[in-house]
Amino acid sequence: MEHIRLPKVENVRLLDRVSPRRSRVGTLYLTATHSIFVESEAGGRSETWVLHSLVCSVDKQAASASGCPLLIRCKNFQILHFSIPREQDCQDVHLSLQRLSQPQRYEELYCFSYKPNVDEEERRRDWAFVDLKADFSRMGLPNAQWKLSPVNQQYKVSDTYPAELFVPDSAAPPVLVGSSKFRSRGRFPALSYYSKENHLNAIANRAAGKGYENEDNYSNIKFQFMGIENIHVMRNSQQKMLEVCELRSPSMSDFLEGLESSGWLKHIKAVLDTGVFIAKAVAEGISVLVHCSDGWDRTAQVCSVACVLLDPYYRTLKGLMVLIEKDWVSFGHKFTQRCNHLAGDPKEVSPIVDQFLECVWQLMEQFPCAFEYNENLLITVHSHIYSCQFGNFIGNNQRERRELRVHEKTHSLWSYLWTNRAEFINPLYRQNHSQSQGLLRPSTAPYCFKFWRGLYNRFDRGMHPRQSVEDYLRVIREETQQLEEQLDSHKQKIAELKQEQGWSDAHRAAAFDQSSTARALGKNLALANTPQDYTGSLLASTPGAADGPLVLAPQDPDQTADPNLSNGSDPESGIADVSCRSPLSEDSARDPDPDPDSDEAAYSAA
Amino acid sequence: MEFSDHIKTANVEDVVLRQPLHPPSRGTLCITGHHLLFSDREEGSSRQILLLLRNIDAIEKRTPGSSGTITIKCKDLRVLQLDIPGMEQCLNIAHSIETLSCLDNVSEMYPFFYRPNDLSLREQWGLSTPEKHYTQIKELHKKWRLSSVNKTYSVCPSYPPVVIVPNSIDDETLKKVAKFRQGGRFPVLCYYHRKNGMVIMRSSQPLTGANKKRCKEDELLLQVVIEDSDKGFIIDTRSSQQVQQARMTGGGFESKSCYSRWKRLHKQMERGKALQESLIKLVEACGDESHNVDRWLSKLENSKWLSHVQTALSAAGLLVECVERDGHSALVHGYEGTDCTLLICTLAQLIMDPTCRTLEGFLALLDREWLQAGHPFQQRCAHSAYSHARLQQESPIFLLLLDCVWQLWRQFPLALGFSEALLLRLANEVYASDYGTFLCNNDQERCALEVKDRTHCLFQALLRLPERDYYSNPLYEPNELAIWPSVHPQSLQLWRGFFLRWTQQARHLEAVQEEIRSMVIEWHRVTQR
Repeated sequence: MEHIRLPKVENVRLLDRVSPRRSRVGTLYLTATHSIFVESEAGGRSETWVLHSLVCSVDKQAASASGCPLLIRCKNFQILHFSIPREQDCQDVHLSLQRLSQPQRYEELYCFSYKPNVDEEERRRDWAFVDLKADFSRMGLPNAQWKLSPVNQQYKVSDTYPAELFVPDSAAPPVLVGSSKFRSRGRFPALSYYSKENHLNAIANRAAGKGYENEDNYSNIKFQFMGIENIHVMRNSQQKMLEVCELRSPSMSDFLEGLESSGWLKHIKAVLDTGVFIAKAVAEGISVLVHCSDGWDRTAQVCSVACVLLDPYYRTLKGLMVLIEKDWVSFGHKFTQRCNHLAGDPKEVSPIVDQFLECVWQLMEQFPCAFEYNENLLITVHSHIYSCQFGNFIGNNQRERRELRVHEKTHSLWSYLWTNRAEFINPLYRQNHSQSQGLLRPSTAPYCFKFWRGLYNRFDRGMHPRQSVEDYLRVIREETQQLEEQLDSHKQKIAELKQEQGWSDAHRAAAFDQSSTARALGKNLALANTPQDYTGSLLASTPGAADGPLVLAPQDPDQTADPNLSNGSDPESGIADVSCRSPLSEDSARDPDPDPDSDEAAYSAA
Repeated sequence: MEFSDHIKTANVEDVVLRQPLHPPSRGTLCITGHHLLFSDREEGSSRQILLLLRNIDAIEKRTPGSSGTITIKCKDLRVLQLDIPGMEQCLNIAHSIETLSCLDNVSEMYPFFYRPNDLSLREQWGLSTPEKHYTQIKELHKKWRLSSVNKTYSVCPSYPPVVIVPNSIDDETLKKVAKFRQGGRFPVLCYYHRKNGMVIMRSSQPLTGANKKRCKEDELLLQVVIEDSDKGFIIDTRSSQQVQQARMTGGGFESKSCYSRWKRLHKQMERGKALQESLIKLVEACGDESHNVDRWLSKLENSKWLSHVQTALSAAGLLVECVERDGHSALVHGYEGTDCTLLICTLAQLIMDPTCRTLEGFLALLDREWLQAGHPFQQRCAHSAYSHARLQQESPIFLLLLDCVWQLWRQFPLALGFSEALLLRLANEVYASDYGTFLCNNDQERCALEVKDRTHCLFQALLRLPERDYYSNPLYEPNELAIWPSVHPQSLQLWRGFFLRWTQQARHLEAVQEEIRSMVIEWHRVTQR
């Protein structure tokens, strides 16, 4: 609380990023954990909540007559553009937020104060929901060749590795210790994935180098160098891409050129290419050792991508959780540093885990029936990796989390997601669909790589499809299931009644009460009915031609006489907008704003 | 000249066919007057491939040694390869394909020979005409009438015999207006907006020329359209510089001084050669998987195809804003009024009018706005992206329409009554077809060749079962609201189903559509029980 210089500012304007003339006026509150903007307009009292730990940067810009602009960029790619009447207030909010969004100590992180209504026993059970040992036993481990080694129990051999590691049965502790001394940060080769189907014991391993092995000293081993760039290149690339996403009304060429020069999709392709290479090798029965310089960035990326390709289990909801827990959390991806949870070295920040999630998304785009989970899950996991609301991604490795007593003091994301899984299930997924079987063989032709609008422009609602096929399918799938169950129970009843000789009346009485949901579907999925900005280039192309076009004055849609004509009056409530449905309980999902885009396309006055 | 004169070798055995997504197969190749037929002779399979020669855009032949290879590039973007034993046979086949794939004589084309058993030539032809459209909209009758001024096609060769014009404008006036508009395309009604009584008209450019010629009748016609309102909008598909230049070659625009209550809005759209080259570049970029991502994005950008999509959708959005949101009537034209004009009028109707969004409504819209309205299909679609022939009048404006409609379908997947499969089918049919629908350049030419009596109608065929089911959108929910498209670059995507159609990726996406269809069928089955 001591960091809040000003708990409340009135008459703040929240500007619309796409059309800045549209703005909402309200009060901005700063609390210990959130900034909250409450729109003051009567009627639609909308609220926008932003978690401090999601704030990536706060920039105060030069004051103008209309106020002092404050730009808040979030790690989930939300951008809030406030205008605060008094410069001093803006200054205070700026300084407060800068401090609040940059915790110095772990104890300040939101997960340690986040107290949902869950009792202690349940909280503890939740942490056991994802169990890595169970995953290894699913792979058939331990077995004759691989055993659980106690060598790192006290994190003495490698302080960034988990306590429990699978190693070759023949490798005695002295061998492991010897190997660890030869590897950066003691990260000796340990098992990541064991292919049960493949009797040749195909294995994806991980380890850390610094330099690389001399081929002469490793017999029967083939070396393959995959060109994935380092964390600094990735950070800069994402930054450039985000700048393109932020452009106010870019032309198609601006956008494509910007996307190209950011290099982002090139890097995504490099990661996926490597994942495909590993997966193919393992599927052919060749064991693979993967490493980069430290073994917690690129190695984690490509091992987990390979796992998704190899094993349908990791394409299920539970499986993805296990995979992230295994390859990222347990093997010591440095979440605190990479995600900038605490004020620290900006050069350690890098969107490595974003790239993994994006690779999965790219695969989902190619194989829409192969994944049990949907895009919303990836986006939600992404948000929570950065939000610090749950304890899963706190610290840089298992040892740190143990010291922080994360499992005792915080909640686990996985069981939260599992509880809300209805939102994360892909209705097109069928376990027995041909796309769901075995090894995924994606194309890595350059045209397969798409820009991920759902994540990077997630909060620009006007850019997303206005109707959701997924929501529609989810409803009809649920209804189909319900009706089939109903039908079964009716059949049973009929059978019973028949025995009692009175079935026909009962049958009539039991007429299906089915259709209410489905018939209302069309209405539920009503269109977000807002015109867009169609005039930008029009105005640009005709600067003051003598007898040129006259441009309409801005129109107030509220003054349109016929209510049927004021498009945009259609409230967005009930609209399937996947991108905005954030399960972050304190996120802008609370914002019941009926329609932020209405009147967006008013002809701009020259 | 008989077709057989062009066929020196009709049959070749032991040909190897290589095509995307299939293993190579060995079999017999036949050439007929209109088809290339390949019958698989592999054991246990009896695959046949029947390809309309008209579908072939370009061929390349190589004859190293005693055998030869022909690469066939189709207008549907498929690339096939035939390995033919014997150099002479290879050359003969190549020669036949080259000649027969681009016959100029329309009445020799396949639709005049296509006689399936289950179709009769006496069945109804087409779905909509201005007359039909007029009778369907009772609200129109007070202020608009049908005019037969063009019944002999003498006033405007590219218009249908009957058009919808203001009640108070007589045929003599129309004839004078026609003389003042390029190609005689005087302003006619194409859309009536029931919600507010506003209309969209389309025409070609006025022939004001360098001397700023005027035409009282033209001014009067436009004047009466907006009698009851304070203004109307003219959406010109050219830039303000272009319209000034157009005056030097006899064209022009409606000046403020002569058409005081009409406001002009300029929305420059590419057409003609520029659009054809855009398609060629895009298809070239899609064909090379060896590119890296940077090169791919650069080529995608450089093709400008998506920019054209963006421009077309925003021009249509602008038109809808004028009519639906601001409640004004609009006139649309560019130069000839047979290309971009039709494109944005069609898109605007899809955006505003729910009756155009059903399968039947959409096909009727195409019938009125493209076929009846005189889009010169024969000229525009003679060749596609692979042809080495010198470009003349080719331009993929109809393909651009289909792409824009696909973008709408992506953004409003429940709002359109037809499926992506329909758009793909139309993209094929417009270049090579069994049906007569897309033959010729206008109604007059179709009439002269008796197309309606001597060929079958595609639209009617698409509405028969089982096609009708296949081309319907299983998720369709009728919706009265306008479907405003987003034109942000992030919202527009490459139409993979078309441009990457012959890749594994497109197959996966087709599987998804099948999955969706079967889920909906299952749901219907259960709810109707």
